[in-house]
Amino acid sequence: MSVFIAPLIVAGLTTALAIVITIVDAIVNNYGEVQIDINNGKRVLKVRGGAPLLTTLSSEGIFVPSACGGRGSCGACKVKVLSDVGPYLPTEIPYMSKEEIAKNIRLSCQIKVKKPIKIELPEELFNIRKFKGIVESLKDVTYDIKEVRIRLVEPAEISFKAGQYAQLVIPPYDNIRESTQRAYSISSPPSDKNHVEFLIRLVPGGIATTYVHKYMKEGDVLELVGPFGDFYMRDTNADMIMVAGGSGMAPIKSILLDMYERGITHRRVWYFFGARSGRDLYYLELFRELEKHWPNFKFIPALSEPRPEDNWDGEVGLITTVLERYLESIIPKDNSKEGYLCGSPGMINACIQVFERFGIKEVYYDKFA
Amino acid sequence: MIPDINPFLLFFASIFTSNILLTNFLGMCSFISISRDLSSSNGLGMAVTMVMTITTAVNWIVEKYILKPFGLDYLRYIVYIIVIAAVVQMLEMIIDRISPNLYMVLGIFLPLITVNCAILGVALFMQLRNYGFVQSVFFAFGSGLGWWLAIVLLAAIRKRVDNAPVPAPLKGIGITLITIGIMAMAFMGFAGMIKVQ
Repeated sequence: MSVFIAPLIVAGLTTALAIVITIVDAIVNNYGEVQIDINNGKRVLKVRGGAPLLTTLSSEGIFVPSACGGRGSCGACKVKVLSDVGPYLPTEIPYMSKEEIAKNIRLSCQIKVKKPIKIELPEELFNIRKFKGIVESLKDVTYDIKEVRIRLVEPAEISFKAGQYAQLVIPPYDNIRESTQRAYSISSPPSDKNHVEFLIRLVPGGIATTYVHKYMKEGDVLELVGPFGDFYMRDTNADMIMVAGGSGMAPIKSILLDMYERGITHRRVWYFFGARSGRDLYYLELFRELEKHWPNFKFIPALSEPRPEDNWDGEVGLITTVLERYLESIIPKDNSKEGYLCGSPGMINACIQVFERFGIKEVYYDKFA
Repeated sequence: MIPDINPFLLFFASIFTSNILLTNFLGMCSFISISRDLSSSNGLGMAVTMVMTITTAVNWIVEKYILKPFGLDYLRYIVYIIVIAAVVQMLEMIIDRISPNLYMVLGIFLPLITVNCAILGVALFMQLRNYGFVQSVFFAFGSGLGWWLAIVLLAAIRKRVDNAPVPAPLKGIGITLITIGIMAMAFMGFAGMIKVQ
């Protein structure tokens, strides 16, 4: 009998402590019903308190953009808070500028709803919805980029501006226990209301990209939230200089197809696409075809390290060098210019410097971090 | 047998003459890593003091009414650690609710404290030296204050050392360990003045 006493007592003690913790948790973390006042009474929500503002709002159908899904690592889910929610947390400070702190803008994934709270949200956030879709096709466009085409089921139509992004909800898989959300730019044109298409590059160790590349199958049902973002074509007559690399192709493809379909072909567009070697290039035929039908559109793919088997006769060099050369001598200087950039932060920062040197100030970009 | 020591004497002894950190060298890991910054040191010292006092009291009760009667002395280490972890968890929740400002100061340190060996050390000493309940609580509170004092002293010294021309090979942890050694020698002067067991 005495053999059992030790395990029994340790188990009993642990259970007792666990019960006490659960009781304390239930008492201490019970904030009851709390009221959220959005835009000065325009919308008033009654919610269960205790959870972060971001998830509380999304459970009520209001989706604040967040690329990391609430882990406090992207700094996208900023919300203006009008009532007092306590001092800034160490997890918020790195994402805040002085002006934002002065306006009491907070990271909604970090602050918890514990008492009645007043917040301000941009009106367009109310248009953001959660969609259910079916993976219609999965294609390898390069060795590490997949084109994922999703047919929307419920609701069956989406309206967005070309260049915007949506958040894909990645279900738990393998040893990833929680569902995660990641932002991807929509690469299909807005005219195709029943579908969204993404270009997703495999990031070694990435939760979402590994899922898409290794686990996703045609016919899978998944959820996505959107549209978000302010990367879209500005309605001017300036020449457009677009630069992309890797899966940065996605929003640019959407913008270009949208412009062509809507007949905005009087604007001159140069599209520079940077890749390392031939195996990183894709959609060449599509854009060559577009060039034929759209005389003002020029597609300039460039390889930084072409390999012999690529038989490459196009531009060679880093995309910034090629861009510089074109701005210097090929692109006419008679019209004002706008820059549209999409790709890695390194590429974007380098391109912004080039634009600055040529006095191009209207630069829009989407950093894929 | 409960030793015949006045709890107040024990309290002061554990701060100065037998400082848990500088005479027993317990809790060194967080002592060295956090002492880079004075305000964090203050927060951590406060958290250690609070957790130490509460867990020692709970562990004394567990020892006296559960471990001893059933002859489970050999499970002491495991049980103490479980109790410490559970108490820290509860403290974290309660502080978050009662005082968000205090939580801001202590929040990130509380989970760190679960594995601070000074806290387990104090619980084990109180058992080893057969302290009574009141003695244990005073001893734990004093040890916590002693730890707090030591880390704040070290943080202040390190601030000065940062501006001093330290030889390159000794920069960082090297000079810190030497500093701690000299501090320990200073505290050694008090050793044995008050009987603690």
